[in-house]
Amino acid sequence: MAGNKRQIQEINAGSMADIAFLLLIFFLVATTMNVDTGIQRMLPPMPPENQKMEDIKVKERNLLLVLVSGNGNIMIGTADNQQICDLRQVKDKVKEFILNPMDAENLPEKVEQEIELANGSKWVYLESQGVVSLQTTRDTGYQPYIMVQNELTRAFNEVRDEVAIKKFGDKFENLTEDNRKAVAKAVPQKISEAEPKTIKK
Amino acid sequence: MAVMKKKGNKGLPPISTASLPDVIFMILFFFMVSTTMREQELRVRYTLPEATEVQKLEKKSLANYIHVGPPTRALQAQFGTAPVIQLNDSYSTTKDILDFIAAAREQLSEQDRPAMTTVLKADKDIKMGMITDIKQELRRANALKISYAAAKSLGYY
Repeated sequence: MAGNKRQIQEINAGSMADIAFLLLIFFLVATTMNVDTGIQRMLPPMPPENQKMEDIKVKERNLLLVLVSGNGNIMIGTADNQQICDLRQVKDKVKEFILNPMDAENLPEKVEQEIELANGSKWVYLESQGVVSLQTTRDTGYQPYIMVQNELTRAFNEVRDEVAIKKFGDKFENLTEDNRKAVAKAVPQKISEAEPKTIKK
Repeated sequence: MAVMKKKGNKGLPPISTASLPDVIFMILFFFMVSTTMREQELRVRYTLPEATEVQKLEKKSLANYIHVGPPTRALQAQFGTAPVIQLNDSYSTTKDILDFIAAAREQLSEQDRPAMTTVLKADKDIKMGMITDIKQELRRANALKISYAAAKSLGYY
Protein backbone atom coordinates (compact mmCIF):
# COMPACT_ATOMS: atom_id res chain seq x y z
CA MET A 1 0.00 0.00 0.00
CA ALA A 2 2.61 2.50 1.07
CA GLY A 3 4.65 1.88 -2.01
CA ASN A 4 1.79 2.77 -4.34
CA LYS A 5 2.43 5.87 -6.23
CA ARG A 6 -0.74 7.88 -5.94
CA GLN A 7 -1.71 10.99 -7.70
CA ILE A 8 -1.57 14.19 -5.71
CA GLN A 9 -4.78 14.57 -3.82
CA GLU A 10 -7.26 17.13 -4.95
CA ILE A 11 -7.18 20.14 -2.70
CA ASN A 12 -10.12 20.24 -0.40
CA ALA A 13 -12.29 23.11 -1.53
CA GLY A 14 -14.83 22.67 1.19
CA SER A 15 -13.44 25.48 3.28
CA MET A 16 -13.53 27.84 0.35
CA ALA A 17 -16.95 29.06 1.30
CA ASP A 18 -15.78 29.78 4.81
CA ILE A 19 -12.87 31.79 3.51
CA ALA A 20 -15.20 33.68 1.24
CA PHE A 21 -17.50 34.37 4.15
CA LEU A 22 -14.63 35.55 6.26
CA LEU A 23 -13.61 37.94 3.54
CA LEU A 24 -17.16 39.04 3.16
CA ILE A 25 -17.50 39.76 6.86
CA PHE A 26 -14.18 41.55 6.88
CA PHE A 27 -15.30 43.86 4.13
CA LEU A 28 -18.66 44.36 5.75
CA VAL A 29 -16.97 45.55 8.89
CA ALA A 30 -14.16 47.48 7.29
CA THR A 31 -15.90 49.44 4.58
CA THR A 32 -17.24 52.79 5.50
CA MET A 33 -20.04 53.60 3.19
CA ASN A 34 -19.30 57.26 2.96
CA VAL A 35 -22.17 58.55 4.98
CA ASP A 36 -22.79 62.21 4.82
CA THR A 37 -22.60 63.66 8.26
CA GLY A 38 -23.23 67.21 9.20
CA ILE A 39 -24.70 69.65 11.64
CA GLN A 40 -28.35 70.05 10.88
CA ARG A 41 -30.19 73.31 11.23
CA MET A 42 -33.40 74.95 10.22
CA LEU A 43 -33.09 78.31 8.60
CA PRO A 44 -35.67 80.92 9.51
CA PRO A 45 -38.15 81.57 6.71
CA MET A 46 -37.65 84.71 4.69
CA PRO A 47 -39.89 87.54 5.82
CA PRO A 48 -42.27 88.76 3.11
CA GLU A 49 -40.68 91.53 1.13
CA ASN A 50 -43.42 94.09 1.51
CA GLN A 51 -43.34 93.68 5.25
CA LYS A 52 -41.28 95.99 7.32
CA MET A 53 -38.23 94.41 8.76
CA GLU A 54 -39.10 94.10 12.36
CA ASP A 55 -36.98 92.15 14.69
CA ILE A 56 -38.91 89.61 16.60
CA LYS A 57 -39.15 91.04 20.04
CA VAL A 58 -37.34 88.92 22.50
CA LYS A 59 -36.76 90.06 26.03
CA GLU A 60 -33.19 90.93 26.64
CA ARG A 61 -32.72 88.35 29.32
CA ASN A 62 -33.94 85.65 26.94
CA LEU A 63 -31.39 86.31 24.26
CA LEU A 64 -27.84 85.05 24.33
CA LEU A 65 -25.72 86.69 21.71
CA VAL A 66 -22.80 84.78 20.33
CA LEU A 67 -20.62 86.76 18.00
CA VAL A 68 -17.75 85.29 16.03
CA SER A 69 -15.38 87.86 14.65
CA GLY A 70 -13.22 87.74 11.57
CA ASN A 71 -10.17 86.51 13.40
CA GLY A 72 -12.07 83.87 15.29
CA ASN A 73 -12.64 85.64 18.58
CA ILE A 74 -15.85 84.81 20.33
CA MET A 75 -18.00 87.21 22.29
CA ILE A 76 -20.80 85.76 24.30
CA GLY A 77 -23.40 87.10 26.69
CA THR A 78 -26.79 88.68 27.10
CA ALA A 79 -27.34 92.12 25.67
CA ASP A 80 -25.22 94.32 27.93
CA ASN A 81 -23.11 91.67 29.47
CA GLN A 82 -20.92 90.40 26.69
CA GLN A 83 -17.47 89.08 27.22
CA ILE A 84 -14.76 87.72 25.04
CA CYS A 85 -14.37 84.07 25.77
CA ASP A 86 -12.58 80.97 24.69
CA LEU A 87 -14.22 78.26 22.59
CA ARG A 88 -13.94 75.90 25.56
CA GLN A 89 -16.15 78.09 27.70
CA VAL A 90 -18.89 78.45 25.12
CA LYS A 91 -20.59 75.16 25.94
CA ASP A 92 -20.80 75.82 29.67
CA LYS A 93 -22.01 79.36 29.19
CA VAL A 94 -24.74 78.21 26.85
CA LYS A 95 -25.73 75.44 29.23
CA GLU A 96 -25.94 77.86 32.11
CA PHE A 97 -28.01 80.12 29.92
CA ILE A 98 -30.48 77.39 28.95
CA LEU A 99 -30.80 75.84 32.37
CA ASN A 100 -30.64 78.96 34.53
CA PRO A 101 -30.17 76.75 37.58
CA MET A 102 -30.31 79.58 40.12
CA ASP A 103 -33.28 81.31 38.51
CA ALA A 104 -31.16 84.38 38.10
CA GLU A 105 -32.73 87.66 37.09
CA ASN A 106 -30.55 88.18 34.08
CA LEU A 107 -30.94 84.69 32.65
CA PRO A 108 -33.94 83.40 30.68
CA GLU A 109 -37.30 83.02 32.29
CA LYS A 110 -39.01 79.68 32.34
CA VAL A 111 -42.55 78.87 31.43
CA GLU A 112 -44.42 75.82 32.57
CA GLN A 113 -45.26 73.54 29.76
CA GLU A 114 -47.34 70.41 29.78
CA ILE A 115 -46.00 67.65 27.64
CA GLU A 116 -48.05 64.57 26.95
CA LEU A 117 -46.13 61.38 27.35
CA ALA A 118 -46.61 58.15 25.45
CA ASN A 119 -48.18 56.43 28.43
CA GLY A 120 -50.89 59.09 28.64
CA SER A 121 -49.56 60.92 31.65
CA LYS A 122 -48.62 64.55 31.60
CA TRP A 123 -45.22 65.91 32.36
CA VAL A 124 -44.90 69.47 33.51
CA TYR A 125 -41.58 70.95 32.59
CA LEU A 126 -40.27 74.46 33.07
CA GLU A 127 -39.26 75.26 29.56
CA SER A 128 -36.58 77.86 29.14
CA GLN A 129 -37.50 80.76 26.90
CA GLY A 130 -33.91 81.40 25.96
CA VAL A 131 -32.80 81.83 22.39
CA VAL A 132 -29.21 81.60 21.30
CA SER A 133 -28.41 83.98 18.50
CA LEU A 134 -25.31 83.26 16.48
CA GLN A 135 -23.87 86.08 14.47
CA THR A 136 -20.83 86.29 12.28
CA THR A 137 -19.16 88.88 10.15
CA ARG A 138 -18.57 88.36 6.48
CA ASP A 139 -14.92 87.55 6.93
CA THR A 140 -15.36 84.96 9.65
CA GLY A 141 -13.93 81.65 8.56
CA TYR A 142 -16.19 78.66 8.02
CA GLN A 143 -14.22 76.43 10.38
CA PRO A 144 -14.59 78.71 13.45
CA TYR A 145 -18.26 79.09 12.60
CA ILE A 146 -18.77 75.33 12.49
CA MET A 147 -16.80 74.95 15.70
CA VAL A 148 -19.09 77.38 17.49
CA GLN A 149 -22.17 75.74 15.96
CA ASN A 150 -20.81 72.46 17.21
CA GLU A 151 -20.36 73.79 20.73
CA LEU A 152 -23.92 75.13 20.72
CA THR A 153 -25.25 71.77 19.60
CA ARG A 154 -23.17 70.08 22.25
CA ALA A 155 -24.61 72.32 24.95
CA PHE A 156 -28.16 71.51 23.88
CA ASN A 157 -27.38 67.81 23.61
CA GLU A 158 -25.93 67.76 27.11
CA VAL A 159 -28.94 69.54 28.54
CA ARG A 160 -31.17 67.05 26.79
CA ASP A 161 -29.14 64.21 28.24
CA GLU A 162 -29.46 65.64 31.72
CA VAL A 163 -33.19 66.13 31.41
CA ALA A 164 -33.59 62.67 29.93
CA ILE A 165 -31.65 61.07 32.78
CA LYS A 166 -33.67 62.96 35.35
CA LYS A 167 -37.00 62.09 33.82
CA PHE A 168 -36.53 58.72 32.15
CA GLY A 169 -33.35 57.46 33.72
CA ASP A 170 -31.40 57.09 30.52
CA LYS A 171 -29.45 59.15 28.04
CA PHE A 172 -31.30 60.96 25.30
CA GLU A 173 -30.06 58.72 22.52
CA ASN A 174 -31.13 55.56 24.35
CA LEU A 175 -34.72 56.66 24.85
CA THR A 176 -37.66 55.41 22.89
CA GLU A 177 -38.86 57.48 19.98
CA ASP A 178 -41.78 58.95 21.94
CA ASN A 179 -39.75 59.86 24.97
CA ARG A 180 -37.12 61.41 22.79
CA LYS A 181 -39.76 63.59 21.20
CA ALA A 182 -40.97 64.64 24.63
CA VAL A 183 -37.47 65.63 25.74
CA ALA A 184 -36.84 67.44 22.49
CA LYS A 185 -40.04 69.36 23.12
CA ALA A 186 -38.96 70.23 26.63
CA VAL A 187 -35.55 71.40 25.46
CA PRO A 188 -36.03 72.80 21.99
CA GLN A 189 -32.91 73.63 20.05
CA LYS A 190 -33.45 77.35 19.79
CA ILE A 191 -30.50 78.58 17.82
CA SER A 192 -31.29 81.55 15.70
CA GLU A 193 -29.18 82.46 12.75
CA ALA A 194 -30.25 85.98 12.35
CA GLU A 195 -29.58 88.28 9.47
CA PRO A 196 -25.89 88.65 8.85
CA LYS A 197 -24.21 91.54 10.51
CA THR A 198 -22.76 94.01 8.12
CA ILE A 199 -19.67 95.27 9.73
CA LYS A 200 -17.47 97.17 7.39
CA LYS A 201 -13.95 97.98 8.20
CA MET B 1 -14.97 -4.75 4.91
CA ALA B 2 -16.02 -1.27 5.80
CA VAL B 3 -12.97 -0.83 7.95
CA MET B 4 -10.81 -2.11 5.19
CA LYS B 5 -12.25 0.39 2.78
CA LYS B 6 -11.34 3.25 5.06
CA LYS B 7 -7.85 2.00 5.27
CA GLY B 8 -7.74 1.90 1.54
CA ASN B 9 -7.18 5.67 1.70
CA LYS B 10 -9.02 6.61 -1.43
CA GLY B 11 -9.21 10.24 -0.39
CA LEU B 12 -12.27 12.23 0.42
CA PRO B 13 -14.97 12.33 -2.16
CA PRO B 14 -14.80 15.60 -4.08
CA ILE B 15 -16.76 18.25 -2.31
CA SER B 16 -19.61 19.70 -4.19
CA THR B 17 -18.85 23.18 -5.33
CA ALA B 18 -22.45 23.87 -6.08
CA SER B 19 -22.64 26.53 -3.40
CA LEU B 20 -19.67 28.43 -4.71
CA PRO B 21 -21.75 30.50 -7.12
CA ASP B 22 -23.94 31.53 -4.23
CA VAL B 23 -20.95 32.80 -2.35
CA ILE B 24 -19.72 34.69 -5.33
CA PHE B 25 -23.15 36.16 -5.81
CA MET B 26 -23.22 37.25 -2.24
CA ILE B 27 -19.95 39.08 -2.62
CA LEU B 28 -21.20 40.56 -5.81
CA PHE B 29 -24.38 41.79 -4.16
CA PHE B 30 -22.38 43.19 -1.33
CA PHE B 31 -20.29 45.27 -3.65
CA MET B 32 -23.31 46.26 -5.64
CA VAL B 33 -25.00 47.59 -2.55
CA SER B 34 -22.01 49.24 -0.95
CA THR B 35 -20.60 51.07 -3.92
CA THR B 36 -22.03 54.47 -4.30
CA MET B 37 -21.91 55.82 -7.76
CA ARG B 38 -20.61 59.31 -7.82
CA GLU B 39 -23.46 61.16 -9.33
CA GLN B 40 -21.59 64.24 -10.23
CA GLU B 41 -18.06 65.06 -11.00
CA LEU B 42 -16.50 67.31 -8.44
CA ARG B 43 -15.15 70.47 -9.90
CA VAL B 44 -14.21 72.06 -6.62
CA ARG B 45 -12.01 70.71 -3.90
CA TYR B 46 -12.74 71.04 -0.26
CA THR B 47 -11.69 69.81 3.12
CA LEU B 48 -14.74 69.60 5.30
CA PRO B 49 -14.59 71.25 8.70
CA GLU B 50 -14.63 68.96 11.69
CA ALA B 51 -17.26 68.67 14.36
CA THR B 52 -18.20 66.25 17.09
CA GLU B 53 -21.96 66.61 17.18
CA VAL B 54 -22.63 65.53 13.64
CA GLN B 55 -25.77 63.73 12.61
CA LYS B 56 -26.15 61.30 9.79
CA LEU B 57 -28.08 62.36 6.79
CA GLU B 58 -31.33 60.47 6.92
CA LYS B 59 -32.27 60.10 3.30
CA LYS B 60 -29.80 60.62 0.56
CA SER B 61 -32.48 60.76 -2.08
CA LEU B 62 -33.88 63.90 -0.47
CA ALA B 63 -30.56 65.70 -0.36
CA ASN B 64 -29.35 68.41 -2.68
CA TYR B 65 -25.70 69.19 -2.66
CA ILE B 66 -24.06 72.55 -2.88
CA HIS B 67 -20.31 72.36 -3.12
CA VAL B 68 -18.22 75.36 -2.28
CA GLY B 69 -14.48 75.61 -2.62
CA PRO B 70 -11.66 76.57 -4.93
CA PRO B 71 -11.64 74.87 -8.37
CA THR B 72 -9.79 71.57 -8.64
CA ARG B 73 -6.14 71.72 -9.59
CA ALA B 74 -6.78 70.65 -13.14
CA LEU B 75 -9.24 73.49 -13.62
CA GLN B 76 -7.24 76.05 -11.74
CA ALA B 77 -5.47 77.42 -14.75
CA GLN B 78 -8.78 78.15 -16.37
CA PHE B 79 -10.86 79.34 -13.46
CA GLY B 80 -8.38 80.62 -10.91
CA THR B 81 -8.24 79.81 -7.23
CA ALA B 82 -11.01 81.96 -5.84
CA PRO B 83 -13.74 79.86 -4.20
CA VAL B 84 -16.71 79.04 -6.39
CA ILE B 85 -20.06 77.34 -5.99
CA GLN B 86 -20.82 74.14 -7.81
CA LEU B 87 -24.39 73.13 -8.48
CA ASN B 88 -24.99 69.93 -10.42
CA ASP B 89 -22.07 69.74 -12.80
CA SER B 90 -21.12 73.31 -13.36
CA TYR B 91 -19.90 76.40 -11.64
CA SER B 92 -22.70 78.68 -10.64
CA THR B 93 -23.42 81.86 -8.83
CA THR B 94 -25.73 82.39 -5.90
CA LYS B 95 -28.41 83.53 -8.32
CA ASP B 96 -28.71 80.01 -9.74
CA ILE B 97 -29.59 78.52 -6.39
CA LEU B 98 -33.25 79.49 -6.71
CA ASP B 99 -33.61 77.57 -9.95
CA PHE B 100 -31.55 74.69 -8.65
CA ILE B 101 -33.77 74.27 -5.61
CA ALA B 102 -36.93 74.70 -7.65
CA ALA B 103 -35.81 71.99 -10.07
CA ALA B 104 -34.88 69.65 -7.23
CA ARG B 105 -38.20 70.24 -5.51
CA GLU B 106 -40.05 69.54 -8.71
CA GLN B 107 -38.54 66.06 -8.85
CA LEU B 108 -39.74 65.06 -5.42
CA SER B 109 -43.18 63.82 -4.59
CA GLU B 110 -45.54 66.07 -2.69
CA GLN B 111 -45.07 64.45 0.70
CA ASP B 112 -41.29 64.35 0.43
CA ARG B 113 -40.86 68.03 -0.23
CA PRO B 114 -40.84 69.29 3.35
CA ALA B 115 -38.11 66.79 4.21
CA MET B 116 -35.84 68.00 1.46
CA THR B 117 -32.43 68.83 2.86
CA THR B 118 -29.73 70.97 1.37
CA VAL B 119 -26.28 69.73 2.17
CA LEU B 120 -23.71 72.45 2.17
CA LYS B 121 -20.32 70.99 1.47
CA ALA B 122 -17.94 73.83 1.92
CA ASP B 123 -14.23 74.08 2.38
CA LYS B 124 -13.21 74.98 5.89
CA ASP B 125 -11.30 78.04 4.74
CA ILE B 126 -14.28 79.65 3.04
CA LYS B 127 -15.34 82.99 4.46
CA MET B 128 -18.75 83.25 6.02
CA GLY B 129 -19.76 85.98 3.58
CA MET B 130 -20.17 83.42 0.85
CA ILE B 131 -21.95 80.98 3.13
CA THR B 132 -24.28 83.71 4.30
CA ASP B 133 -25.14 84.61 0.73
CA ILE B 134 -25.97 80.98 0.01
CA LYS B 135 -28.05 80.76 3.16
CA GLN B 136 -29.98 83.89 2.29
CA GLU B 137 -30.62 82.49 -1.16
CA LEU B 138 -31.82 79.21 0.34
CA ARG B 139 -34.18 81.08 2.61
CA ARG B 140 -35.51 82.90 -0.41
CA ALA B 141 -35.99 79.56 -2.15
CA ASN B 142 -37.73 78.31 0.99
CA ALA B 143 -35.36 75.38 1.36
CA LEU B 144 -34.96 75.74 5.09
CA LYS B 145 -33.59 72.40 6.10
CA ILE B 146 -29.87 72.64 5.88
CA SER B 147 -27.01 70.43 6.87
CA TYR B 148 -23.53 71.84 7.22
CA ALA B 149 -21.44 68.90 6.10
CA ALA B 150 -18.71 68.20 8.60
CA ALA B 151 -16.42 65.32 9.26
CA LYS B 152 -16.76 63.49 12.53
CA SER B 153 -13.92 64.27 14.87
CA LEU B 154 -13.20 63.42 18.45
CA GLY B 155 -12.90 66.96 19.68
CA TYR B 156 -11.08 70.21 19.24
CA TYR B 157 -8.95 70.38 22.29
